[in-house]
Amino acid sequence: MTDPIAQRVAAATPPRLAHRIRGLSDRTIAWLFVAPTIFLLLAVNIFPLIWTIRLSMTNFRTNRPNNEVEFIWFENYQKILTDEDTWTSLQATAHFLIWTILLQVLIGFTLAYLINKKFRGNDLWTTLIVLPMMLSPAVVGNFWTFLYQPQIGLFNYFVQFLTGTDPASFSMIGEVALAPWAIVIVDTWMWTPFVMLICLAGLRSIPSSIYEAAECDRASKWRQFWTITIPMALPFLMLAVLFRGIENFKMFDLVVQLTGGGPGSTTLLTSIDLKREAFEKWRTGYASAYAVILFVTVFGLASIYVKALNKVKDR
Amino acid sequence: MSFSITEPSNRQKWIAGILVIGYAILTLIPLIWIIATGFKTPSDAIAYPPKLLFTPSLEGYVNLFTSRTRLAPEDLAALGDPTTWYDKIVRSYDMVITGPSRYGERFMNSVVIGFGSTFLSVFLGTIAAYAFSRFKVPLKDDLLFFILSTRMMPPIAVAIPIFLMYRELGLSDTRLGMILLYTAVNLSLSVWLLKGFIDEIPVEYEEAALIDGYTRFQAFYKVVLPQAATGIASTAIFCLIFAWNEYAFAALLTSGTAQTAPPFIPTIIGAGGKDWPAVAAGATLFLVPIMVFTILLRKHLLRGITFGAVRK
Repeated sequence: MTDPIAQRVAAATPPRLAHRIRGLSDRTIAWLFVAPTIFLLLAVNIFPLIWTIRLSMTNFRTNRPNNEVEFIWFENYQKILTDEDTWTSLQATAHFLIWTILLQVLIGFTLAYLINKKFRGNDLWTTLIVLPMMLSPAVVGNFWTFLYQPQIGLFNYFVQFLTGTDPASFSMIGEVALAPWAIVIVDTWMWTPFVMLICLAGLRSIPSSIYEAAECDRASKWRQFWTITIPMALPFLMLAVLFRGIENFKMFDLVVQLTGGGPGSTTLLTSIDLKREAFEKWRTGYASAYAVILFVTVFGLASIYVKALNKVKDR
Repeated sequence: MSFSITEPSNRQKWIAGILVIGYAILTLIPLIWIIATGFKTPSDAIAYPPKLLFTPSLEGYVNLFTSRTRLAPEDLAALGDPTTWYDKIVRSYDMVITGPSRYGERFMNSVVIGFGSTFLSVFLGTIAAYAFSRFKVPLKDDLLFFILSTRMMPPIAVAIPIFLMYRELGLSDTRLGMILLYTAVNLSLSVWLLKGFIDEIPVEYEEAALIDGYTRFQAFYKVVLPQAATGIASTAIFCLIFAWNEYAFAALLTSGTAQTAPPFIPTIIGAGGKDWPAVAAGATLFLVPIMVFTILLRKHLLRGITFGAVRK
C-alpha cells in the first residue's frame, strides 16, 4: 500500500466507481440476504404471536365483531386451568403421546437393528417402509376410517383372521374403549419409520472397531448390545423421541380425520379441543389463551429435554 | 471380501431380512388397499369378506372427476345412447354427467401453492442461509433457535391470528395467502437445512474466487450455488412435501377458491353415502407422486426429516 502510484490511482478513482468494482460490501449483502426471511418470519410468526398473547387477555369473539372488547387480564387462563375439559383433553393427549412414543421406539429401534444386519436388498425395503410417513396424514387418516369399518373394513377382517372375533362386533373408531387405541395404531403405522431412520443413523455411526475390541476382550453379544450399542445409539433415540413428542403434542390432521375427537371426548387431543374453541365456538380470546398455554408447555418441556439430551451427548 | 469378526452371520442376515420384509409388507397393505379400492366398483369396495381379486373398473375415477345427477328412466331413454365410455358407466346407474367435479381445481391449487411456496422458501432460504453461514450476523445463534422454535407452535394456535390478519388484508382463501403462509412455515426448515449444506462447502473456494476478482455476489452464484445444488434440491423436496401434505391451515383458512386437495378429498361423497372408490381414486392420484419422489430420492431423505440433526 506504500506504492505511490497505487495511492495516486486510488485517490483519483471516483468513490462510486470504486464501490462498483468491489461490488456490494459484505455487510450490505449479509443484511440484504437475511432481511426478507426476517421480515416474513416477523410478519407471519412473531407478529401473530404477540397478537395471540394480546387476544388471550380479552373476551374477543370473532363471530361477534361488534361486541365491545374488554381487557380481562388472566381470566381466560384461570378459566382454562380450572376447567375439567382441559384436563380431559390433556389426559387423552398424554395417553396418545406415551403409547405412540413407546411403540414407535420399540418397533423403530428393532427394525433399525435388523436392517443394520445389512441383509441383501435392505436399502429397497427400508425405502418401502418409509413410504407411509411421507404421505398426507389427513388423506391417509381419512382412508383409515374405511379400514376400520365394522364388518367390511380390512382391519376388522384382519383381526378376525388372527383372533376369530366377529368383524361386525366391534368398531375401532366408534367405541369409547377402542378409539384411543385406534389413533395410536394409525400414528404408529405412519411414524415408526421416522424413529427407525434416526435409529439407523445412530447404529451406523458406531465404528466397528469398538465391536472388534469388545470381541477381542471376549465380551458376549448380549453385553456388547447393552454396553456399546444402546449407549452409543441413545442420543439418536432421544432425538427421535423429542421430534415425535413435539409433533404428537400438536397432532391434529391425522386424528381429526380419524375420529374428530370422538366418541364423546375420548380422542379429543388438545389441538382438536383448541380448534373447536377457536373455529367452532369462536371464543377467540379464550382459545388464544389456550394456545399460549400449550405453546409454553411444549417449549418448556422441550427445553428441559434438550438439556438432558445434551448431557447424554457430551458423556 | 475381507473377513471381519463383526460381520453378521448369514443366518442372522436371513432372520433379519425375513422380519424386515414381513413388516414392510404389513405396513404397505393400507397403501396397496388405497390404490386397489380406487379401481373397484362401489359394491366391490364394501363387499364382505374384503375382495382381494376383482374386475378392475374406472368407475371411481369417473366419479372423482365428474358431478352427476339421477334421471328418471324415460328422460334417460330420451337422451339416446351414451357416446363415451365414461357416459356408459354413469348411465348404468341411471345417471348423467352434469359437469366436472371440483377435484381438478383442488389438485391444481395444491400444485400452484406447493410449487409457489417451495420456490419462495428455497430462494429466500438459500440467501439467508448463505449469510448465516458466512457472515457475522448479530444474534445469529438466537435466530436459528427462534426459527426452529416456531415449529413448536400447534398449527391451530398460529391459525387464529393469521385468520384475523388475512381477513383484514384480503388474503383469506387466496392462493397468494397460502403461498406466503407455507413459505413462512417452511422457511425455518429451509434456512436450517441449507445452512448445514453451505457450512460444508469450504470457504477457500470463495476466497479464491474473490482474489480472482469476483465480487462477493458473483462468488455466491458462480461458486457456492453450484456446489450447494444437491442440498438445495433435497431441501426443495422437503418443502414441497410439507406444503403438499399440509391440512390444518388449508382446512381453516381456505374454503372455496384456494382450497387444496387434502381438505377436499375427505369430503368426496357419492349418491348414497361415502363413495369410497372415488375417495381412493382421489387419494391415489394425490399420494402416488410423493411415493415416487420418496423412492427416487431415498438417499437424501434423512437429513430433511430430522431437521438436519442427522447428517448421513
